[in-house]
Amino acid sequence: MRIGVFVCKCGTNIAATVDTEAVARKALEYPDVVYATDYMYSCSEPGQQEIQQAIEKYDLQGVVVAACSPRMHEVTFRRAVEKAGLNRYMFEQANIREHCSWISKDTEANTRKAMDLVRMSVEKLRFNQPLFSSQVPINKRVLVIGGGISGIQAALDCAEGGLEVVMVERESTIGGKMAKLDKTFPTIDCSSCILGPKMVDVAQNENIHLYAYSEIESVSGYMGNFKVGIRKKATYVDWDACTGCGLCTEKCPAKKSFDGFNEGLDTTTAINIPFPQAIPKKARIDPKYCWYLIKEKCKICQKICPVDAIRFDMENETVEEEVGAIIVATGFDLVDHSVYGEYGGGHYPDVITGLQFERLVSASGPYGGHILRPSDGKEPKNIVFIACVGSRDPSIGRPYCSGICCMYIAKQVILARDHIPDCNCYVFYIDIRAPGKNYEEFVRRAQEDYGVQYIRGRVGKVYPKGEHLVVQGIDTLLGIQVEVEADLVVLATGVAASAGAKELAEKLRISYDEYGFYMESHPKLRPVETNTAGVFLAGVCQGPKDIPASVAQGSAAAAKTQALFSRDTIETDPQIARVNELMCIGCGKCIDVCPFGSIQWKTLRDGSQKAEVLDTVCQGCGLCNATCPPKAIQLQHCTDDQILAEIEVLCAGERHG
Amino acid sequence: MNRTAKRIAYYPGCSVVGTSVEFDQSTRALCAALGIELVEIPDWNCCGSTPAHSYDPLLGAALAGRNLALAEEMGLDVVMTPCPSCLKALKGALREYEEKQHSFLNILQMPFSGQIRPISVLQLLYEDIGPKTIREQIRYRLTNKVIVPYYGCLLSRPPEFAQFDDPENPISMDELLQAMGASVPDFPYKTECCGAAYGVTQNHIVGKMTGRILDMARCLGADAVAVACPLCQQNLDLRQSQVNRYWHTTFQMPVVYITQFLGFALGIDPKKLGLDKLFVSADDLFKETSEQPEKLTESTTA
Repeated sequence: MRIGVFVCKCGTNIAATVDTEAVARKALEYPDVVYATDYMYSCSEPGQQEIQQAIEKYDLQGVVVAACSPRMHEVTFRRAVEKAGLNRYMFEQANIREHCSWISKDTEANTRKAMDLVRMSVEKLRFNQPLFSSQVPINKRVLVIGGGISGIQAALDCAEGGLEVVMVERESTIGGKMAKLDKTFPTIDCSSCILGPKMVDVAQNENIHLYAYSEIESVSGYMGNFKVGIRKKATYVDWDACTGCGLCTEKCPAKKSFDGFNEGLDTTTAINIPFPQAIPKKARIDPKYCWYLIKEKCKICQKICPVDAIRFDMENETVEEEVGAIIVATGFDLVDHSVYGEYGGGHYPDVITGLQFERLVSASGPYGGHILRPSDGKEPKNIVFIACVGSRDPSIGRPYCSGICCMYIAKQVILARDHIPDCNCYVFYIDIRAPGKNYEEFVRRAQEDYGVQYIRGRVGKVYPKGEHLVVQGIDTLLGIQVEVEADLVVLATGVAASAGAKELAEKLRISYDEYGFYMESHPKLRPVETNTAGVFLAGVCQGPKDIPASVAQGSAAAAKTQALFSRDTIETDPQIARVNELMCIGCGKCIDVCPFGSIQWKTLRDGSQKAEVLDTVCQGCGLCNATCPPKAIQLQHCTDDQILAEIEVLCAGERHG
Repeated sequence: MNRTAKRIAYYPGCSVVGTSVEFDQSTRALCAALGIELVEIPDWNCCGSTPAHSYDPLLGAALAGRNLALAEEMGLDVVMTPCPSCLKALKGALREYEEKQHSFLNILQMPFSGQIRPISVLQLLYEDIGPKTIREQIRYRLTNKVIVPYYGCLLSRPPEFAQFDDPENPISMDELLQAMGASVPDFPYKTECCGAAYGVTQNHIVGKMTGRILDMARCLGADAVAVACPLCQQNLDLRQSQVNRYWHTTFQMPVVYITQFLGFALGIDPKKLGLDKLFVSADDLFKETSEQPEKLTESTTA
């Protein structure tokens, strides 16, 4: 084989601590290497051209580039050598940046290690075989998990582009957190007025099939051909028959049911429609509160339903859908504010969360849009807002900024002053973070035009004194302790990953960070992709963000899906396991260890049983390769021979310097 | 190993043999009544609170550590102390031992395994006896008495040291008082500072801070304050006249140790509880109650 070695300086990233020229010179001594050089930026266009020209000029049959991590540029260089006529798998990349130059400042040691890494790559390349991918058709349907604003945006964008969309929502209505908001910053426009029409669009769009009150049970397959099990949870109401007339909700006697839509500030009936604009507008029975389901008495809803839709014997049902791409938009939950015992959230009725305040202000909320205290229904005259409750606090394991609290406090103080013009509002904050378009101006408006008292400092304690709550804090600008007598305390609760986020991530085989937010493929350059091909992210499930950013990411995920679906087929990766049937002893160990179920039995004409790899299911993890006793199953492009060759030159090779 | 009905090491500390002997008396009497044998650590020494550990943390830790080593020598695995400040010093010694084992043992010059566990008397009562047992065993109920629990700064904090109860909103004493039939309002100042650190040098600060606590107790209609710390008790009780001078108030608020309350409720002779040592007399409080002994019936235990 005729091999060319190209050592990249990567500006000073590599060249500062690795003598690239010496590495290239040394490479010429390795077997089969006929050409070696170093270059400033191998990934640049002239860099790639230099590789292509060398392939032609020196009649190279294989190329090693010693540069950054293959995760960064393997695709780039494979494409470059392919253009010059080589098979793209006749290329190896030695990582002399992340694994070498960035680690140590010792140029001599780094150079030695770089030489070793290049030596190993050359040796592996000598055993490389050209590999060829095949084409499989793409199922051009997309699954959107989560029916909040970013999921809705993604679904509508996909549907408008002609794609068939399957939307799965855990709650009995779509709309997510945004449906609970009264107004939105920084424009103070009505949240349900801008969200409502989009929800209706989802219901009316023929391309969107909505599974509300359903959850993802299983995901199998791969980009282009996923199989998804969806569990339709029992609603005890036949939604095909239910017209959403609401008669049942008027007559249901179990009126003390938890009202999740109003964040527990109100109660509802056991059979309920969460709110008038709910999509789908169908009734659901909450089995925790239904008298019949608890004690087998009542059945009033069944008697009264004009379309006979009540089904007390309904059970969960699982359906399967086939899709080609998945958009994950599962949103978030509020941080559990009870971790702050000193604030008394959940303990004192007049200490409420930001989202509960939204319900208080909302015209569809428990008090019809009048801000009243939950404890006694009186109008509060002094309202204290506490920022960063569950954000930027390493002591409770949440060092990150929720990104939305500063802004929603500014909105809420403006709303409070609009609703109760003679009320006083106080905001305890650490810093004001208002980096969005028109955000800073909006906060200034709250401070200056609305006369809200912003106090820079943390609150140490909230306690009741008579009818009031005393908020004890510090003003760090004046350096004094502050006590405010408040009628209502609003905790600007931060953002936490959605309940069940980790379990879903495991089903989807995507990664998540220590807080449960899903990991994007690259923090800057691949913000909506995940490391599982064909799975995209939208909204807060990827990290805290506000509505504009969630909508933008929803559209971005839709665009990525459209781009994927613009092709009719996708190339399969040939780096998968292969069985040498002559060597296979039919022990079946590979079938047991394969986490993807991609190996099955195959009966040969002589009746013997052999293992067989399903090309489209194999993910190339190599577990079977490591397990196989006679080494009959080999992971292509990473065979035992190739790994042993690398180890051999590393161990037996001459010591440098 | 279950700690109830058995022997544990007892570290009194300087406060309870000096200014707060009633805490020592009532703790011993209560434990005896509850079947816990307290074995006083022989030849115990200063825990090294503030002065020693401000001079040299390691030396201070070894000073407190000697008491732990002596307790281990007796073959006991738990050491209880009524004083939260001593408790912090003992726990600090363990921590220092874990981090700098070699130098710690070098100074100590005694065999020490670090297996012993220091706890407060409140922790012993709450975790090992528990409100349920108390409710079953009491003879006198504190019915119609409003009692606010005051924990002070050290009983539940810092959380990594105390490892007991909610650091910001402790409830152990609340539940013990409720078990005795007392009415226990939500006391917002239960962990507020009493100003003890300035007790000698700037006692107007103590007057100011302690006054706020007493005032809040009065607002809640308290008949008495329950405490579990000698310094808290001293500031709220002994200095109550100073507080009254500072704020121009007329507080007459009994400040009683939780061990005294429990001892009384269990029917221990008040003389053994040192109730006569309190500066603000609690006699009326207990007189009214003791005149109406109420034997517990099935219905009231529910």
